Amino acid sequence: MSVTASPPPRVDTPSEPTFADVNRDVLHTLAPPSSLYFFWMSVVALILMAGILAWTWQIWIGMGAAGKRTPQMWAMYITTFVFWIGIGHAGTLISAVLYLFRARWRTSIYRAAEAMTIFAVMTAGLFPLIHAGRMWFAYFLLPYPNQRYLWPNFRSPLVWDVFAISTYLSISTVFFIIGLVPDIAALRDASGGWRRRIYAMLAMGWEGEHAQWRHYRRAYGLLAALATPLVLSVHSVVSWDFAMALVPGWHSTLFAPFFVDGAIFSGFAMVVVLVLPMRHFFRLHPYIQDKHLDAMGRLILVTGLVLTYFYACEAFTAWYSGDHFERASLFWKSTSTYAWAIWLMYFCNCVSPLIFFRRRMRTSPVALYVVSVLVLIGMWFERFNIIVPSLAHDFYPYTWGIYVPTITDTTIIIGSFAWFFILFLGFIKLMPSLSIVEVKETIPHPVKDTAHAGHH
Amino acid sequence: MPGTTETILGVFAHVDTTVRALENLRAKGYHDLSVYTPVPVHEIEDVLERDRPVSPVRLFTLVGGLTGTASGFLLTIWTAMQWNLVTGGKPVASIPPFVVIAFELTILFGGLATAIGMILLARLPRLKPSATFDPRFTNDRFGVAVHCPPDRAASVREILRGAGAEEVRT
Repeated sequence: MSVTASPPPRVDTPSEPTFADVNRDVLHTLAPPSSLYFFWMSVVALILMAGILAWTWQIWIGMGAAGKRTPQMWAMYITTFVFWIGIGHAGTLISAVLYLFRARWRTSIYRAAEAMTIFAVMTAGLFPLIHAGRMWFAYFLLPYPNQRYLWPNFRSPLVWDVFAISTYLSISTVFFIIGLVPDIAALRDASGGWRRRIYAMLAMGWEGEHAQWRHYRRAYGLLAALATPLVLSVHSVVSWDFAMALVPGWHSTLFAPFFVDGAIFSGFAMVVVLVLPMRHFFRLHPYIQDKHLDAMGRLILVTGLVLTYFYACEAFTAWYSGDHFERASLFWKSTSTYAWAIWLMYFCNCVSPLIFFRRRMRTSPVALYVVSVLVLIGMWFERFNIIVPSLAHDFYPYTWGIYVPTITDTTIIIGSFAWFFILFLGFIKLMPSLSIVEVKETIPHPVKDTAHAGHH
Repeated sequence: MPGTTETILGVFAHVDTTVRALENLRAKGYHDLSVYTPVPVHEIEDVLERDRPVSPVRLFTLVGGLTGTASGFLLTIWTAMQWNLVTGGKPVASIPPFVVIAFELTILFGGLATAIGMILLARLPRLKPSATFDPRFTNDRFGVAVHCPPDRAASVREILRGAGAEEVRT
């Protein structure tokens, strides 16, 4: 690595932290929080309270409070459900797919991304309950027979969805916890008092002995290999909730890859939104460097371009199919009541990421942040544009109808963001938001004899 | 052999010195070693894995995954057969939609079995830290614990020190 013969205790440049530095810096992120942290926590908690109150109101009044009337029975709840499931996908992509491809840059952001996945799926999981109205009957979703021995219809995409989402939540959580064990052991050995006792319990007595690492590494690789097809399947299954129906604008074989790509696109934007403040406030610049921002910018750009291609395909197939209803649906979407939403979506998802063709923009935190927020807005509206305008204008003029949001469902949607952020804010102060072990694996290992320290 | 082994622990600060110690120990015929590292290290793995089979975690994954596939198809086909009503002119046990359920359960059971396999094989949870564990081993130090007959202790100490151990203790 270095051409000069350095003295035996290796002198590290500031950009190359040592093993002990990693422990110290991660421990530093768990230091007692500042008042700014508590300020944000209270803001988020207040918004969450508003959301809970709105949900209580909806349970009290009924689904009419959420603006639900035929044909708009899915509206913003399913929009936001699909949005949050999609956010989760980037986390699994970073933690599993990039692990299998041995992309070393993932190590410093994967823990935060994985936590994001779990919290996003937990947020998404609320929406079927909120949407079902009488959420105390949510156990109807489980596969068990009714009193006449009639089981759920396993041909229904909605039942597939239950299986896909619950598998996704379980496997992401297992993957996350397995990844955390050695890190928590490191925290256990570096902290004292009540924290030490809790970390000792969570670390399950991990010692980093070779026999443990041997099984751990195998298990981690296998879990990554299982999570990879899973993540592709989950959003495909979600897309089939739509594609299996005959509604114009939904009934398309394009939907599975279209949804998966959009999910990764929005998920990366959310990773940027979470990681940039983390890097700023925790001073993680030695770990989350410009090359990481650059890689995320590239991924947003690529998935954005692929998404643009899918939009073009969607419009082209609607026209080329010659199907009157498909054409009418597309024309109505882009010129009528909800036209502003579709053009906003095209701007946010197709135009705004194009600035990442310039390297300077990919490494500029401000540009990344602004584009990521635009992408999140655009991707929320993508799901809105699939669900609401399609239902508003299907085959039969008698069933056409416009959806207008109410204060109740808008507050619940905003509250869901607060729920996500409260989980994430809690997480970064209790758990290592930077993977101690994986960051140590990527930095140069301590070597005494630098003469043949051929680092690979 | 009650009371006839002694355990010597060497603490290292570097990967290459640890590897040297392991190579020398193995050359002298000491195979009863516990090695502690803060991260999995290729060089150390290369020495220790030389004559060991691959971790059997993958068997857990395989069995779990196959159980998942089987239970997915069983659940869907068996429940469909409970109510033999032909709908849409399709077979009662229509396989293509059931593949989705079987796939999800394959992943679910396979993943859970992998986690259980790892926990069992790594002998977790451990209620008490092992005698040779040192908190520095999760930070930036590498540990080599050698279990040997007491009359060999001096030679083991010699090897560990010679390889460059920072600290050697019993």
